[in-house]
Amino acid sequence: MTKVKSLADLRKMKEGLESKLNLREKGNNTESLVQIRVAMATCGIASGAKTVMEYFIDELEKRNIEAIVTQTGCMGYCYAEPTIEVTLPNQDPVVFGFVNEKKANEIIEKYIKNNELVDGIIPVNYESIQK
Amino acid sequence: MKELSLHILDIVQNSIVANAKLIEIMIVENKANNIYIISIKDNGKGMTIEMLANVTDPYCTSRNTRKVGLGIPLFKQNAERAGGSFTIDSALGKGTVLTAIFQHNNFDRPMLGDIAGVIVLTVAANENIHFIYTHTTETGEYIFDTDEIKEAMDGMSINQPQVIRYLKEMIKENLTEIHYSN
Repeated sequence: MTKVKSLADLRKMKEGLESKLNLREKGNNTESLVQIRVAMATCGIASGAKTVMEYFIDELEKRNIEAIVTQTGCMGYCYAEPTIEVTLPNQDPVVFGFVNEKKANEIIEKYIKNNELVDGIIPVNYESIQK
Repeated sequence: MKELSLHILDIVQNSIVANAKLIEIMIVENKANNIYIISIKDNGKGMTIEMLANVTDPYCTSRNTRKVGLGIPLFKQNAERAGGSFTIDSALGKGTVLTAIFQHNNFDRPMLGDIAGVIVLTVAANENIHFIYTHTTETGEYIFDTDEIKEAMDGMSINQPQVIRYLKEMIKENLTEIHYSN
Protein backbone atom coordinates (compact mmCIF):
# COMPACT_ATOMS: atom_id res chain seq x y z
CA MET A 1 0.00 0.00 0.00
CA THR A 2 2.98 2.29 0.01
CA LYS A 3 3.91 4.30 -3.04
CA VAL A 4 7.47 3.08 -2.89
CA LYS A 5 8.70 1.80 -6.22
CA SER A 6 9.18 -1.93 -6.37
CA LEU A 7 10.50 -4.39 -8.90
CA ALA A 8 6.98 -4.93 -10.22
CA ASP A 9 6.79 -1.22 -10.99
CA LEU A 10 10.14 -1.47 -12.72
CA ARG A 11 8.77 -4.15 -15.00
CA LYS A 12 5.81 -1.99 -15.90
CA MET A 13 8.05 0.95 -16.64
CA LYS A 14 10.22 -1.22 -18.81
CA GLU A 15 7.24 -2.34 -20.84
CA GLY A 16 6.39 1.29 -21.44
CA LEU A 17 9.93 1.83 -22.70
CA GLU A 18 9.90 -1.10 -25.05
CA SER A 19 7.46 0.53 -27.36
CA LYS A 20 10.03 3.23 -27.93
CA LEU A 21 12.75 0.71 -28.60
CA ASN A 22 15.96 2.49 -29.27
CA LEU A 23 18.89 1.76 -31.61
CA ARG A 24 20.93 0.05 -28.96
CA GLU A 25 18.56 -2.88 -28.58
CA LYS A 26 18.26 -3.55 -32.29
CA GLY A 27 21.49 -5.15 -33.33
CA ASN A 28 23.48 -3.53 -30.52
CA ASN A 29 25.55 -1.53 -32.98
CA THR A 30 27.83 0.44 -30.66
CA GLU A 31 30.02 1.62 -33.53
CA SER A 32 27.35 3.97 -34.74
CA LEU A 33 26.79 5.59 -31.35
CA VAL A 34 28.74 8.31 -29.64
CA GLN A 35 30.76 6.78 -26.82
CA ILE A 36 31.74 8.77 -23.78
CA ARG A 37 33.96 7.43 -21.06
CA VAL A 38 34.29 9.44 -17.87
CA ALA A 39 37.44 8.90 -15.81
CA MET A 40 36.32 7.72 -12.40
CA ALA A 41 39.49 7.48 -10.34
CA THR A 42 39.96 9.15 -6.97
CA CYS A 43 41.12 12.46 -8.43
CA GLY A 44 38.28 12.47 -10.92
CA ILE A 45 35.63 11.66 -8.34
CA ALA A 46 37.01 14.29 -5.96
CA SER A 47 36.80 16.92 -8.73
CA GLY A 48 33.24 16.19 -9.74
CA ALA A 49 33.34 13.41 -12.34
CA LYS A 50 30.06 12.01 -11.07
CA THR A 51 28.27 15.28 -11.79
CA VAL A 52 29.79 15.35 -15.27
CA MET A 53 28.68 11.81 -15.99
CA GLU A 54 25.14 12.55 -14.85
CA TYR A 55 25.10 15.71 -16.93
CA PHE A 56 26.05 13.84 -20.09
CA ILE A 57 23.47 11.14 -19.51
CA ASP A 58 20.69 13.69 -18.98
CA GLU A 59 21.67 16.23 -21.62
CA LEU A 60 22.36 13.79 -24.42
CA GLU A 61 18.93 12.37 -23.84
CA LYS A 62 17.34 15.80 -23.85
CA ARG A 63 19.11 16.75 -27.06
CA ASN A 64 18.26 13.45 -28.67
CA ILE A 65 21.77 12.24 -29.22
CA GLU A 66 22.21 8.47 -29.09
CA ALA A 67 25.19 7.76 -26.90
CA ILE A 68 26.67 5.32 -24.44
CA VAL A 69 28.14 6.87 -21.30
CA THR A 70 30.37 4.68 -19.16
CA GLN A 71 33.11 4.90 -16.59
CA THR A 72 36.77 4.23 -16.97
CA GLY A 73 39.70 4.20 -14.57
CA CYS A 74 42.56 6.62 -14.23
CA MET A 75 43.69 7.89 -17.60
CA GLY A 76 46.67 9.58 -15.99
CA TYR A 77 45.61 13.21 -16.37
CA CYS A 78 45.04 13.90 -12.69
CA TYR A 79 45.99 17.57 -13.09
CA ALA A 80 43.16 18.05 -15.56
CA GLU A 81 40.33 16.20 -13.86
CA PRO A 82 37.48 15.69 -14.56
CA THR A 83 38.49 14.15 -17.86
CA ILE A 84 36.41 12.38 -20.47
CA GLU A 85 37.14 10.45 -23.61
CA VAL A 86 34.75 11.05 -26.49
CA THR A 87 34.64 8.73 -29.48
CA LEU A 88 32.43 9.89 -32.33
CA PRO A 89 31.32 7.18 -34.77
CA ASN A 90 34.16 6.14 -37.04
CA GLN A 91 36.59 8.54 -35.45
CA ASP A 92 39.52 8.29 -33.09
CA PRO A 93 38.86 8.98 -29.43
CA VAL A 94 39.62 12.46 -28.11
CA VAL A 95 40.33 13.23 -24.47
CA PHE A 96 39.04 16.44 -22.92
CA GLY A 97 40.19 17.81 -19.58
CA PHE A 98 38.86 20.27 -17.04
CA VAL A 99 35.33 19.20 -17.86
CA ASN A 100 32.60 20.87 -15.85
CA GLU A 101 28.95 21.24 -16.77
CA LYS A 102 29.63 24.36 -18.84
CA LYS A 103 32.44 22.67 -20.76
CA ALA A 104 30.34 19.55 -21.16
CA ASN A 105 27.65 21.65 -22.76
CA GLU A 106 30.22 23.11 -25.15
CA ILE A 107 31.54 19.66 -25.98
CA ILE A 108 28.06 18.44 -26.79
CA GLU A 109 27.12 21.45 -28.89
CA LYS A 110 30.39 21.87 -30.73
CA TYR A 111 32.28 18.61 -30.84
CA ILE A 112 29.54 16.02 -30.68
CA LYS A 113 27.02 17.81 -32.84
CA ASN A 114 29.30 19.60 -35.30
CA ASN A 115 32.66 17.90 -35.01
CA GLU A 116 34.22 21.26 -34.12
CA LEU A 117 37.20 20.93 -31.82
CA VAL A 118 36.92 22.58 -28.43
CA ASP A 119 39.56 24.02 -26.07
CA GLY A 120 40.95 21.73 -23.45
CA ILE A 121 41.80 18.70 -25.52
CA ILE A 122 44.57 16.65 -24.00
CA PRO A 123 46.86 15.76 -26.86
CA VAL A 124 48.26 12.29 -26.40
CA ASN A 125 48.29 9.12 -28.38
CA TYR A 126 44.89 8.77 -29.93
CA GLU A 127 44.47 5.12 -29.07
CA SER A 128 41.58 4.28 -26.85
CA ILE A 129 42.70 3.93 -23.27
CA GLN A 130 42.20 0.44 -21.92
CA LYS A 131 41.53 0.25 -18.21
CA MET B 1 35.97 13.27 -0.25
CA LYS B 2 33.14 15.41 0.93
CA GLU B 3 30.57 12.61 0.89
CA LEU B 4 30.71 8.99 1.93
CA SER B 5 28.96 7.93 -1.27
CA LEU B 6 31.91 9.29 -3.27
CA HIS B 7 34.29 7.10 -1.26
CA ILE B 8 32.08 4.16 -2.11
CA LEU B 9 32.15 5.11 -5.80
CA ASP B 10 35.93 5.26 -5.58
CA ILE B 11 36.49 1.95 -3.78
CA VAL B 12 34.10 0.14 -6.08
CA GLN B 13 36.26 1.26 -9.01
CA ASN B 14 39.10 -0.69 -7.37
CA SER B 15 36.92 -3.78 -7.30
CA ILE B 16 36.03 -3.32 -10.95
CA VAL B 17 39.68 -3.00 -11.94
CA ALA B 18 40.34 -6.19 -9.97
CA ASN B 19 37.93 -7.96 -12.32
CA ALA B 20 35.37 -8.70 -9.66
CA LYS B 21 32.21 -10.41 -10.84
CA LEU B 22 30.36 -9.80 -7.60
CA ILE B 23 30.60 -6.60 -5.61
CA GLU B 24 28.70 -6.23 -2.34
CA ILE B 25 28.20 -2.83 -0.79
CA MET B 26 26.84 -2.86 2.74
CA ILE B 27 25.89 0.11 4.85
CA VAL B 28 24.77 -0.49 8.41
CA GLU B 29 23.48 2.34 10.57
CA ASN B 30 22.96 1.91 14.26
CA LYS B 31 22.24 5.13 16.10
CA ALA B 32 21.71 3.39 19.42
CA ASN B 33 25.29 2.17 19.38
CA ASN B 34 26.47 5.27 17.55
CA ILE B 35 27.98 3.43 14.64
CA TYR B 36 27.88 3.79 10.88
CA ILE B 37 29.53 0.99 8.96
CA ILE B 38 30.42 0.85 5.29
CA SER B 39 31.71 -2.41 3.94
CA ILE B 40 32.67 -3.23 0.37
CA LYS B 41 33.45 -6.78 -0.60
CA ASP B 42 34.48 -8.13 -3.96
CA ASN B 43 35.55 -11.43 -5.48
CA GLY B 44 38.19 -9.89 -7.69
CA LYS B 45 41.77 -10.98 -8.02
CA GLY B 46 42.77 -9.93 -4.52
CA MET B 47 46.11 -8.66 -3.32
CA THR B 48 49.41 -10.23 -2.37
CA ILE B 49 50.47 -10.07 1.26
CA GLU B 50 52.99 -7.36 0.44
CA MET B 51 50.46 -5.24 -1.37
CA LEU B 52 47.89 -5.67 1.40
CA ALA B 53 50.45 -4.55 3.98
CA ASN B 54 51.13 -1.36 2.04
CA VAL B 55 47.75 -0.59 0.58
CA THR B 56 46.92 2.21 2.99
CA ASP B 57 50.12 4.00 2.05
CA PRO B 58 49.33 6.83 -0.36
CA TYR B 59 52.37 5.93 -2.40
CA CYS B 60 51.13 2.43 -3.00
CA THR B 61 49.10 1.91 -6.15
CA SER B 62 48.39 -0.79 -8.67
CA ARG B 63 48.26 1.50 -11.66
CA ASN B 64 51.13 2.68 -13.81
CA THR B 65 49.78 6.07 -14.85
CA ARG B 66 50.62 7.62 -11.50
CA LYS B 67 52.70 6.82 -8.44
CA VAL B 68 50.02 7.54 -5.86
CA GLY B 69 46.84 5.80 -4.85
CA LEU B 70 44.81 8.02 -2.59
CA GLY B 71 41.42 6.34 -2.48
CA ILE B 72 42.07 3.97 0.38
CA PRO B 73 44.28 6.22 2.54
CA LEU B 74 41.77 9.08 2.28
CA PHE B 75 38.86 6.85 3.24
CA LYS B 76 40.86 5.49 6.18
CA GLN B 77 41.72 9.00 7.29
CA ASN B 78 38.09 10.05 7.19
CA ALA B 79 37.00 7.05 9.25
CA GLU B 80 39.66 7.55 11.88
CA ARG B 81 38.98 11.27 12.09
CA ALA B 82 35.35 10.51 12.85
CA GLY B 83 36.23 8.39 15.83
CA GLY B 84 36.08 5.19 13.85
CA SER B 85 38.30 2.56 12.36
CA PHE B 86 39.28 1.02 9.06
CA THR B 87 40.20 -2.50 8.08
CA ILE B 88 41.02 -4.11 4.80
CA ASP B 89 41.61 -7.75 4.09
CA SER B 90 42.43 -9.56 0.93
CA ALA B 91 43.65 -12.85 -0.45
CA LEU B 92 45.13 -13.46 -3.87
CA GLY B 93 42.60 -15.16 -6.07
CA LYS B 94 39.79 -14.70 -3.54
CA GLY B 95 38.99 -11.03 -3.34
CA THR B 96 39.07 -8.10 -1.01
CA VAL B 97 36.90 -6.74 1.76
CA LEU B 98 37.19 -3.26 3.17
CA THR B 99 35.31 -1.97 6.20
CA ALA B 100 35.14 1.63 7.39
CA ILE B 101 33.44 2.34 10.70
CA PHE B 102 32.41 5.82 11.74
CA GLN B 103 30.76 7.21 14.83
CA HIS B 104 27.25 7.94 13.60
CA ASN B 105 26.90 11.29 15.34
CA ASN B 106 30.45 12.46 14.94
CA PHE B 107 30.64 15.91 13.39
CA ASP B 108 33.50 14.77 11.20
CA ARG B 109 31.56 11.97 9.63
CA PRO B 110 30.78 13.19 6.10
CA MET B 111 27.20 12.98 4.89
CA LEU B 112 26.31 9.98 2.81
CA GLY B 113 25.37 12.10 -0.19
CA ASP B 114 23.79 10.82 -3.38
CA ILE B 115 24.22 7.09 -2.81
CA ALA B 116 21.40 6.30 -5.22
CA GLY B 117 23.23 8.17 -7.97
CA VAL B 118 26.50 6.46 -7.19
CA ILE B 119 24.97 2.99 -7.19
CA VAL B 120 22.95 3.46 -10.36
CA LEU B 121 25.77 5.13 -12.29
CA THR B 122 28.16 2.32 -11.40
CA VAL B 123 25.69 -0.45 -12.09
CA ALA B 124 24.66 1.02 -15.45
CA ALA B 125 28.26 1.47 -16.58
CA ASN B 126 29.17 -2.10 -15.61
CA GLU B 127 26.25 -4.25 -16.61
CA ASN B 128 28.20 -7.49 -16.60
CA ILE B 129 29.04 -7.24 -12.88
CA HIS B 130 26.66 -8.44 -10.18
CA PHE B 131 26.16 -5.77 -7.53
CA ILE B 132 24.32 -6.17 -4.25
CA TYR B 133 23.76 -3.02 -2.21
CA THR B 134 22.33 -3.58 1.26
CA HIS B 135 21.39 -0.74 3.57
CA THR B 136 20.36 -1.58 7.11
CA THR B 137 18.97 0.80 9.68
CA GLU B 138 17.19 0.23 12.95
CA THR B 139 13.92 0.53 11.02
CA GLY B 140 14.61 -2.03 8.36
CA GLU B 141 16.73 -3.22 5.51
CA TYR B 142 16.77 -2.47 1.80
CA ILE B 143 18.46 -4.71 -0.70
CA PHE B 144 19.23 -3.63 -4.25
CA ASP B 145 20.37 -6.64 -6.22
CA THR B 146 21.24 -6.22 -9.90
CA ASP B 147 20.25 -9.81 -10.61
CA GLU B 148 16.70 -8.90 -9.62
CA ILE B 149 16.84 -5.71 -11.65
CA LYS B 150 18.12 -7.57 -14.71
CA GLU B 151 15.36 -10.09 -14.35
CA ALA B 152 12.75 -7.36 -14.23
CA MET B 153 14.39 -5.70 -17.24
CA ASP B 154 14.33 -8.99 -19.11
CA GLY B 155 17.42 -8.42 -21.20
CA MET B 156 16.99 -4.72 -21.78
CA SER B 157 20.02 -2.55 -21.05
CA ILE B 158 20.08 -0.62 -17.77
CA ASN B 159 22.37 2.02 -19.24
CA GLN B 160 19.62 4.28 -20.54
CA PRO B 161 18.61 7.64 -19.09
CA GLN B 162 15.02 6.70 -18.32
CA VAL B 163 16.01 3.53 -16.52
CA ILE B 164 18.78 5.30 -14.65
CA ARG B 165 16.39 7.98 -13.48
CA TYR B 166 13.82 5.41 -12.43
CA LEU B 167 16.29 3.29 -10.48
CA LYS B 168 17.64 6.34 -8.67
CA GLU B 169 14.13 7.26 -7.56
CA MET B 170 13.46 3.70 -6.56
CA ILE B 171 16.53 3.51 -4.37
CA LYS B 172 15.90 6.90 -2.78
CA GLU B 173 12.31 6.04 -1.93
CA ASN B 174 13.22 2.71 -0.42
CA LEU B 175 15.99 4.26 1.64
CA THR B 176 13.64 6.94 2.90
CA GLU B 177 11.26 4.16 3.93
CA ILE B 178 13.85 2.72 6.27
CA HIS B 179 14.74 6.18 7.60
CA TYR B 180 18.28 6.22 6.39
CA SER B 181 20.52 9.10 7.42
CA ASN B 182 21.86 11.26 4.69
